[in-house]
Amino acid sequence: MKYYDKLIFELSKEGRMGYSLPRPKDNLDTCDSIPANLRRSEAPLLPQVSEVDVVRHYTNLSQMNFGVDTGFYPLGSCTMKYNPKINEEIASMPQFAGIHPLQKNLPGIEAVYQGLDSALAAITGMKHFTFKPCAGAHGELTGLMIIREYHMSRGDMKRTRIIVPDSAHGTNPASAAVCGLEIVQVKSNANGLVDVEDLKPLLDDTIAGIMMTNPNTLGLFEKDIREIAQLVHECGGLLYYDGANMNPLIGTVRPGDMGFDVMHLNLHKSFSTPHGGGGPGSGPVGVCEKLVPFFKVNVSGFNGNFGVMLRAYAYILMLGRENVKMCGRLATLGANYIKESLKDCYKLPLAQVCKHEFVFDGLVNDGAREGVAGATTLDVAKRLLDYGFHAPTIYFPLLFHQAIMIEPTETESKETLDQFIEVMRTIAQEAAQDPDLLHTAPHNTPISRPDETAAARNPILKIWDECAC
Amino acid sequence: MEGFQYFPQTDQDIQAMLERIGVKSLDDLYADVPQDFIFQGEYDLPSAMTEQEVRQFFQELADRNPRQTVFAGAGAYDHYTPAVIPYITSRSEFQTAYTPYQCEISQGTLRYIFEFQSMICTLTGMDVSNASMYDGPTAAAEAVRMSVAQARKKNTVLVSNTLMPNVRAVIDTYARYAGIEIVEIAQEGGQTSASSLESLLAGGQVAGVVVPLTNRFGIIENLEGFADMIHAAKAVMTVYCDPSTLAVLKTPAEWGADIAVGDGQTLGIPLCYGGPYVGFMATSRELMRKMPGRIVGETRDGEGRRAFVLTLQAREQHIRREKATSNICSNQSLMALWVTVYLSLMGPKGLKQVNDICYQRSHFLMQNLLETGLFKEAFPGAPFIKEFALKPLIPPRYIQEKLQEHGIFGALQTPEGYTTFAVTEMRTKEQIFELIKALKG
Repeated sequence: MKYYDKLIFELSKEGRMGYSLPRPKDNLDTCDSIPANLRRSEAPLLPQVSEVDVVRHYTNLSQMNFGVDTGFYPLGSCTMKYNPKINEEIASMPQFAGIHPLQKNLPGIEAVYQGLDSALAAITGMKHFTFKPCAGAHGELTGLMIIREYHMSRGDMKRTRIIVPDSAHGTNPASAAVCGLEIVQVKSNANGLVDVEDLKPLLDDTIAGIMMTNPNTLGLFEKDIREIAQLVHECGGLLYYDGANMNPLIGTVRPGDMGFDVMHLNLHKSFSTPHGGGGPGSGPVGVCEKLVPFFKVNVSGFNGNFGVMLRAYAYILMLGRENVKMCGRLATLGANYIKESLKDCYKLPLAQVCKHEFVFDGLVNDGAREGVAGATTLDVAKRLLDYGFHAPTIYFPLLFHQAIMIEPTETESKETLDQFIEVMRTIAQEAAQDPDLLHTAPHNTPISRPDETAAARNPILKIWDECAC
Repeated sequence: MEGFQYFPQTDQDIQAMLERIGVKSLDDLYADVPQDFIFQGEYDLPSAMTEQEVRQFFQELADRNPRQTVFAGAGAYDHYTPAVIPYITSRSEFQTAYTPYQCEISQGTLRYIFEFQSMICTLTGMDVSNASMYDGPTAAAEAVRMSVAQARKKNTVLVSNTLMPNVRAVIDTYARYAGIEIVEIAQEGGQTSASSLESLLAGGQVAGVVVPLTNRFGIIENLEGFADMIHAAKAVMTVYCDPSTLAVLKTPAEWGADIAVGDGQTLGIPLCYGGPYVGFMATSRELMRKMPGRIVGETRDGEGRRAFVLTLQAREQHIRREKATSNICSNQSLMALWVTVYLSLMGPKGLKQVNDICYQRSHFLMQNLLETGLFKEAFPGAPFIKEFALKPLIPPRYIQEKLQEHGIFGALQTPEGYTTFAVTEMRTKEQIFELIKALKG
């Protein structure tokens, strides 16, 4: 990757154009005849560039980016699996891409919704899915709205509190807050699982439900789930399943069978659609039978991210009933393989078999000595970039100070995992010998570590903002 | 195991990996799961298809969707997508990347988001833009939540009757669970009624007001005096706009807005049955730290080179959890790239030209529709660019069916019994004549 410093605005030259459009007729009115008090005073400061300028500029930008197609992306809880290319072709078919969202009588599109609905129902054990949510957090919000509607329909108005484990993704408490719910935190026990004894006293008639991630963000299966489900249901609450960690359960365990009432899936995680540098995703919400009447909450403008659904459906059809059973198992195999191969160099706080991901708590030997600070998790992450790998998720979950959360996915070969393991071991050695090498990493990337404090203190958020540096 | 193209492990690999872990079988990795939860038997899924079969399967489904000429809008418009956009956005370095948390290997994503933010700012006239929202309606709903957060103890938000129905629906959904009271500002002559706004503001308790710039009848609203009234009531003014039209229209900032929101679909994104699109939100500097979602900022790296990072993250859910300004995490980043490339290609003049063509062709259609004698003007003289409403003199349902028979999708109905049409630069004179012919026939 090479450093490229331009912004598109800096290529602009008055009179250049990158478009070809029909010409307005000279004898007809244009927007200039809109009353002047409704028109803007000055033209927007958009760049004026040629088509080749645009293509080269964005090609250059792309070359400062790392994607799954570039290399291994072991980002915990993000499920960066390979994105099949056939899916992209399907999503761009004109008779899907050219359809207006309010058009009716579309048998082909209806078949996609129905087919994907029943496939996801088969994989999760839920009854039906709604596809309006545009991302995982949006699905969480939708699912919680459904839970609230259910309680309200029964006149059970005081159920406005929701239990969220301390290991939960940050979106869980945030979504609950947006849904007007009060968050009640339940602790993890020494084994990293929801502490059932801590849960029991929290359960009363104000509890709307519990949000669970299973396996949780430590990659551990919540094996007390049967008891938890029973306790929560007995108190009148519902169980919400955060599908961010669904990948290891694809083909092995169905949330519906574990007693979950509502769940979301991240089609951009478990079902292979590309993350696009942070979206678009799709967060369909599945419900059990008794919640079907409540599940049509209107959370987005039209019919959800249909283009993302098409890709996920194509992936499931390729997978089929023959391959689906290997998906979660192979993801889990890869994670355990890395864990066992590195636990002598990186602290493993919880040694049991993990699922699709696991968490280290920093280096065994961080190289700290008189006058030299030890290498941190951030340093390890940055050094990995030098070796051509994306970094794992770091400093999450919050239960450990030096958390390194690794998720390999089922689409990585043993060779790739072996290379990663070797590099991680090399970095551990480097840390022990010369932690400064890590403090100053990365060394081989387009930029070195930026000054994030300055960015927040003096926010420059558009090209015309004053730079104080 | 039989091979599968997305799974690279051979039987030998699996065996070697299991040995390292110290278990005998893949199922042993699930020994901690209560065994009756392990799914037995066959999943109720179709048998695995080959790539060829999948392509065929979807082609057949696509062929079952009748292709129609779109003369409808209501929040989604059939604008032209230049060839460069899908070419650039399908580059896998952009497409297969995650959120740019590791900035040293994500400068491509971070730079285009910074450009996107800059473009949204110059279009809306606002100070600060975020990195994108799910769509326009959710951006509007977030603006409503922000208004209430800003106003602290007040929890009523006024929304214009003239907002698109799907924007209103999502606002209502978010408000319902947040305990926000939504009160409607009446419509007068197809526009937000200033007197209705004034009397509702006088009631006090108003935290925010949401009005459209171009409304559900396509009319360009005159928001003169709105900002003064709203700010005098210490409420936040949000303007919902179609960013394409901001090439020519007075900006939300010029109208005095505190927040501008809308949907970037009109900037080169295909209709795709409703998504993925891209919402945007831009605000005044004062509201910056109340804004939901990601924001990219400029800084320097260790060598003093210009660098871009995610910034002001103390607002976000992964740091603040339940105290975050919003729950949004994934947004619509790749669609923000669509918009950024589109606006780069168009520039100020191209975007103006798009609007001029829309203006000429939509007015041409309106004139021809009126000449059929089947319609009356609904709001005579009301200014519009690409969408307009007429009063049909025959049942609207009949009009829609007539058009449908001729492969045309248009004449959407409003609750008042008007029909709306939208005309973009994609619609030709011939297509307009076909529409007229279909109605006369």
